[in-house]
Amino acid sequence: MTTEIKERIVGRSIKRREDPKLITGKGSYIDDIKLAGMLHVALVRSPYAHATITSIDASAALAVPGVVAVFIGNDMLDINPLPCAWAAGRVKNNLNTPRALAVGTVRHVGEAVAMVLAEDRYIARDAADLVEVEYAALPVVVDAKKATEPGAPQLHENAPNNIVMEWDCGDKAKTDAAFASAEVTIAEPIINQRLIPTPMETRGSITRYDEATGEFTVWMTSQAPHVMRLLLTAFVFGIPETKLRCISPNIGGGFGQKIFCYNDMAFTMWAARKLGRPVKFVEDRSENYKASTHGRDHITDAELAGTKDGTITGLRVKTYANLGGYLSTIAPGIPTTLYGRILSGVYKIPAAYCHVTGVYTNTAMVDAYRGAGRPEASYLIERMIDRYAAEIGLDPADVRRKNFIQPEDFPYDNGLGMLPYDSGNYEPALDKALAIAGYADFRKAQAEARQNGRYLGLGISSYVEVCGVAPSAWVGLAGEGWGAGLFESANVRVHLTGKVAVTTGSLPHGQGLETTFAQVVSDELGVPYDDVEIQWGDTQGTPFGYGTYGSRSLTVGGTAIKKSLDKIKEKAKKLAAHMLEANEADIVFEDGKAYVKGSPDKAKTLGEIALQASLAYSLPAGMEPFLDETSYYDPPNCTFPFGTHISIVEVDTETGRIDLKRYIAVDDCGNQINPLIVQGQIHGGIVQGVAQALYERAVYDEDGQLLSGTLMDYAIPTAEMSPHIETDHTVTPSPVNPLGVKGAGEAGTIASAQCVMNAVIDALAPFGVKHMQMPASPERVWKAIHQK
Amino acid sequence: MIPSAFAYFAPTSVAEAISLLEQYGDEAKILAGGHSLIPAMKLRLAAPSVLIDITKIAELRGVVINGSINIGALTTWHTIEYHDGLKGVCGVLPEAVAQIGDIQVRNRGTLGGALAHADPSADATAVVLALDAQIRTHGPGGERTIAASDFFTDMLSTALEPNELITAVICNKLGAGEGAAYAKFPHPASRYAIVGAAAYVKLSGGKVSACRVAITGAGPVPTRQAETEQALLNSDGSDEAVAKATEESGTTMDVLGDIHASEDYRRAMVKVYTKRALTTALARARG
Repeated sequence: MTTEIKERIVGRSIKRREDPKLITGKGSYIDDIKLAGMLHVALVRSPYAHATITSIDASAALAVPGVVAVFIGNDMLDINPLPCAWAAGRVKNNLNTPRALAVGTVRHVGEAVAMVLAEDRYIARDAADLVEVEYAALPVVVDAKKATEPGAPQLHENAPNNIVMEWDCGDKAKTDAAFASAEVTIAEPIINQRLIPTPMETRGSITRYDEATGEFTVWMTSQAPHVMRLLLTAFVFGIPETKLRCISPNIGGGFGQKIFCYNDMAFTMWAARKLGRPVKFVEDRSENYKASTHGRDHITDAELAGTKDGTITGLRVKTYANLGGYLSTIAPGIPTTLYGRILSGVYKIPAAYCHVTGVYTNTAMVDAYRGAGRPEASYLIERMIDRYAAEIGLDPADVRRKNFIQPEDFPYDNGLGMLPYDSGNYEPALDKALAIAGYADFRKAQAEARQNGRYLGLGISSYVEVCGVAPSAWVGLAGEGWGAGLFESANVRVHLTGKVAVTTGSLPHGQGLETTFAQVVSDELGVPYDDVEIQWGDTQGTPFGYGTYGSRSLTVGGTAIKKSLDKIKEKAKKLAAHMLEANEADIVFEDGKAYVKGSPDKAKTLGEIALQASLAYSLPAGMEPFLDETSYYDPPNCTFPFGTHISIVEVDTETGRIDLKRYIAVDDCGNQINPLIVQGQIHGGIVQGVAQALYERAVYDEDGQLLSGTLMDYAIPTAEMSPHIETDHTVTPSPVNPLGVKGAGEAGTIASAQCVMNAVIDALAPFGVKHMQMPASPERVWKAIHQK
Repeated sequence: MIPSAFAYFAPTSVAEAISLLEQYGDEAKILAGGHSLIPAMKLRLAAPSVLIDITKIAELRGVVINGSINIGALTTWHTIEYHDGLKGVCGVLPEAVAQIGDIQVRNRGTLGGALAHADPSADATAVVLALDAQIRTHGPGGERTIAASDFFTDMLSTALEPNELITAVICNKLGAGEGAAYAKFPHPASRYAIVGAAAYVKLSGGKVSACRVAITGAGPVPTRQAETEQALLNSDGSDEAVAKATEESGTTMDVLGDIHASEDYRRAMVKVYTKRALTTALARARG
């Protein structure tokens, strides 16, 4: 039997194999799942941002036909509060995490106070309105900086001045000295506003409890089902991990919001066990906005020191990070490890220091949102570079170029405690972006336009980010405080029919992993792409993995697959040697076939080898049957994608409205397995960053009411509001992993907000504008022009 | 996002709808396109116990153009947007309607529904004011016609009686020397108008002989801008004349602010968009 050499498909823009199902309504999302006898939950949520619960009367609700039970926080004192899994080293004795339902005090609007279980969702919702809760209102603070000031309302007894943690990185003395002797210093207050992730599908969970075995099955909208299993069993319920099966079905986007352990996972489990019936909770959009996690929300004083000729000599940053009323699962790690340690960006800054105060406020919890810390860091440094360039009268492109870390500097230690940057070559990406934009011509056109009363602006953003998180030895408890490891897993089985099943600890919620992974497997094993099945999402049947976030699925999860494929190939070679009666050392495995070097005509295909391994009547001595290999891959380093984005805007000076005329993205995510998917990720990421620059803003009033609580008020961009994106790339393979990949899921978001803001502020330079907080709403821009 | 329970009726004639309205009174709400009512019910801001779905009443649907323009209350935005006849005789209607919501909203939303709901940021309200349209209603006592200028009485309130139904909107065809335009600053989230300005002008012998400007979005009620209208009348309609006439636009009207646009800013935008709408309307009037 011979096979033709299979065309390699890594690097090709194959359309996503998961899409036909998802876009024709044949996917299975959490709300599609209906179990026999299932009860539906409606929650009673606090209308107060801070209050003591003085009484709860559920009698009227319980009287409604179809209502089965009403539970409150005090009913569930037999389970623990949700865990915080990333204490970021400096959080000591003031970890305050939410309970399944509030006990005693509520600390943000929308906190769950009682759950109503009924035969259908309509009855549950009606009855929830009949639960009478009395509150005694307490004073409220929503602003992270104000929360730390004397006399501010206090949220938790164990957190004086509402401080979760004081964290710092870098060299304070050296940085202070750099500032003391600097020729030029720039200081700017920079606010990175609170955002609401807004995945298309909201969150939820369904629990079925098996009384006979004591086993729970929870279907959940989770980016990390294995981690949820660990947290819910070992920390919340105190039951063996083996008594819980977590299943993530199709997930309609997450952007980080679905990484975390949420109260509904705990209360559906608790109630399903209590009542002996399956229990379903799916939040609506308003609930998602009030009670699922938000992102960003930094108040920062940023300072940059440099010479008059454009060499940066120091960076000093003080940030108040709003973490909300309680700590979400990995909240403390976001404004610390993933922010402070990457603040110097793509520049060689000899002296840098960052201090972060994490703060409790009467707002929804804040945790990772696409980019998670890195967008805040990149926004800050890129705004400050532009501010500096303007101050010393140099071209912002030149200042960037002058301070770039150079190719020979890698691996590069930035002095902020980040792992060494793996590889990079920043100038070609900048040059490419400038060339696409027609930079020199633009500056001429801009000058001419100003003469005619038209205000154009160009913004540059050169970014580096941290992906492929992360070496366990670095990120773990002894280091950055992450409460576990961050390896990833994969099992590969070649069945006796030659079909390949791959199970992974990673899982997609929009990233196209089934396609990307199958491309890698197909090429490595030399089997047809359609013969490869990627399976994920069920803790029963997939190896333990940490899940999908931090642009890690391909870099870490993909490498775990690669390692298993290597093992499969090794075993296949051993078996082929046996089948060909040859020496293993003489066997070559290539294009799905094993043969004796020099005799490719007498090859054994992988299918033939798999069949032999499965039938198992003739195996080499000591060889186990079946081609079945599992790998756990703990990366030796993170990866550091980079690039330069450029945007061009025009300001309508009469209204302050911004027309985003061009958006150019030159990204380097190392080798690209599927350029179409990379582009899709870059596009989506950019639109989210553009949205932060121009539209999105979660707003609480002084009473802690969420004013941007619906999609009528919270402005996510429509297609009409999104720019046409011109993409290009450079390729600097990562030396960290054998695929040479770096990650692309967050790059667009990390690069884009400052890209647009730099353009807006460039356009407004003739009006004396040096900085503007996001979003650059029409009113803000108009005021900058018209109200001096 | 789950509404309270309600009873549902789907009458097939105006008479039947009105008798249901009489029967259920304040408990009932008319359901047309449902794009304002249903979200309000899902958020439990509205909880009518009876819904009277009028979408089965065929006679309320469609556009008839003869001496004037008669648009049935149930005519969808999509029908108006793509109506071939309307473009030539009253282009401002499709122009404004094309800026409402998104395609899904325009496929469902209706002219009569929007006017009856009278959202302070709806687009159509300003347009019917600028066109000086007549709103035809049916009630137990029969038919009556209400001038658009008398129709919007307060925030989310109209001259419609609780037992009445809008059946049609009637406006004049625009002829030579007449022009109208709608200029809109959309809300970044809802796509309603932060400020929407609808303008109608007539030029006779090089002078502005008629002028109507209406603003939506800025304040609690869509309103005509009488001072601006007066200031432009009998002028030559030049850019200078428009600039002068709009100098005080928005300064005296009731204006609301929110997280996206403060009161001051909205006032300033009333002026900008009034100017833009008038400039375009005048250009169209000149042909």
